Amino acid sequence: MIEKALTGSKRYWYWVSLLLVCVATGAVMYMRQLSYGLGVTGMSREVSWGLYIGQFTFFVGVAASAVMVVIPYYLHNAKQFARVAIIGELLAVSSIIMCMLFILVDLGQPERVLNVLLFPAPHSVMFWDMVSLSGYLLLNAVIAYNTLNAEQRGLPSPSWLKPVVYLSIPWAISIHTVTAFLYSGLAARPLWMTAVMAPRFLASAFAAGPALLILLIVILQKSAGYDPGEEVIGKLATIVTYAASVSTFLVLVEIFTGLYSGMPHDREALTYQYGTLHGLWGMTAWMWFSSLLMIGALFVLYIPSLRKSRVALITACGAVFVSLWMEKGLALIVGGFQPSPVGVLTAYRPTCTEWAIALGIWSLGALMLTMFLKVTVTIRAAVQ
Amino acid sequence: MKLTRKEFLLTAAATLAGIAGTKTLSTVKAAADDSTGASTPRWAMAIDFQKCRWDQGCNQCVQSCNEAHNIPDVPQKSHEVKWIWKEQYKSVFPQQSQWIDPALTSHPLMLLCNHCGTPPCTRVCPTGATWKRDDGIVMMDWHRCIGCRYCMAACPYDSRSFDFADPRPDIVNINPAFPTRTKGVVEKCNFCEERLGKGQRPACVEGCREHALIFGDLNDPASQIRSVLRSRYAMQRNQELGTGPAVFYLL
Repeated sequence: MIEKALTGSKRYWYWVSLLLVCVATGAVMYMRQLSYGLGVTGMSREVSWGLYIGQFTFFVGVAASAVMVVIPYYLHNAKQFARVAIIGELLAVSSIIMCMLFILVDLGQPERVLNVLLFPAPHSVMFWDMVSLSGYLLLNAVIAYNTLNAEQRGLPSPSWLKPVVYLSIPWAISIHTVTAFLYSGLAARPLWMTAVMAPRFLASAFAAGPALLILLIVILQKSAGYDPGEEVIGKLATIVTYAASVSTFLVLVEIFTGLYSGMPHDREALTYQYGTLHGLWGMTAWMWFSSLLMIGALFVLYIPSLRKSRVALITACGAVFVSLWMEKGLALIVGGFQPSPVGVLTAYRPTCTEWAIALGIWSLGALMLTMFLKVTVTIRAAVQ
Repeated sequence: MKLTRKEFLLTAAATLAGIAGTKTLSTVKAAADDSTGASTPRWAMAIDFQKCRWDQGCNQCVQSCNEAHNIPDVPQKSHEVKWIWKEQYKSVFPQQSQWIDPALTSHPLMLLCNHCGTPPCTRVCPTGATWKRDDGIVMMDWHRCIGCRYCMAACPYDSRSFDFADPRPDIVNINPAFPTRTKGVVEKCNFCEERLGKGQRPACVEGCREHALIFGDLNDPASQIRSVLRSRYAMQRNQELGTGPAVFYLL
């Protein structure tokens, strides 16, 4: 099956080579981090998690968002989603592998990672995160492989696959809930310790993931002649609109509770993100840029005539994705450490090495997704 | 029997999953069986504001600890390793009265791991590399730690440091009696468990010339720490979080 990813046009190979170069760059920089230690990153004693954990969190969301195409197709029998469900599942597989790599590069002693299995600690949320992530990877890999395998042979999907697909739906919710529990269970970090964390994660995931799916569909239409139909793009745009609205609402709820209650730590953490705290412009520019992107995107999505315009929709989806990437992929994690338990504010800026390693992982994810989609498109073209 | 490549891979995967599952089950079972009920000490420390001479430049407790435990003197402040250090009263106790006699509150206070009764750090550790002993000491296994730093995020006392690089070149005088650490692990105060085992008091307590540090067993009603906690008002950091800190600050 995978051999279908090994033949392609010149353009396909240019794209694959570009990704391979980025992966290699990331690998070389990771060697540097491996030999020196995490001191090559921008992380510090005070801000002990940064870009890597942020990206892990964000891509767990992208992976979970596969349910936004799986639910309509398998539960509601919405036929428009027939050619998109598989893209969602393959995106989930690539995203979960990226998540695992982001965790791995964040470890100080990566060669000891199997200690998590050798000395399982059920009292740690991280243990359950590992269980749920590996389970979700397995589920989606099994579903996608067997769906494509059956299609290739001109057979219907095996009947045992249905229950597996149904299981993957609550499982998707669980991966992002457990990931939220990593943060919301910590009394030491008031910005994170909120029951809204898990719902907020799910809402932002269901906005960012389908936004990315719309962009992927547009790319596939242009580059591979794979057309899942106009109708499904409209449906996905509706999903993005609702999810982005709920996500924004939950952020506003958080801001109100933290600021109006006047609880010192919550107030300080929020002021560090959106305003000035102790004369420092913490992450203000970053947060407001993210917020403005979201406001602009919602404006486009709320107006039907704008939403139906292809260019406007692509821009809005890009804005939703980037906005949530900025918020969840970095600011939320760094913000949790501000101020530290003894009231210290510490600026965090990822180093070039850190960006290069992240670039390597994104590229590896994009490479896997490219190859998976190439296989899918080739199989489906042959069947027709 | 002839195996296709697919069958071989499936069998191999199933075998590996089986081994991993069995190992997990046996470890979980062992953890469940591990219960103790013997009466053991509960180690704690009290820090006397009135006796501490940090305002006069005394730094003896920190130095004694650094020498005893091979604490590196990391040049980059953001990558600092510290088991004991000092902070201003108002950042240690921001919720407490700021109107106490400035003679007591204007100079920095000594901070260290609080060896909590219900430590958030051990709860989140995914490998059991940090755990609470029966005598209340929160321990670290530097050979098991994978360096995920979840414990640092969970600690409400800022008590944990991470080795962002190999610490050994930054150790001024290596004490061969105590292990040095490697890069990529978390470390913190161990209440001098290596000294307690030999019947000695912690290095910081020994190092303090003013006898401002009182160390002892909370389970022993006759201990000096119990007597001082009976008679003086003592504050604990972030008590409202339910961590049960074993470090007390005497007004």
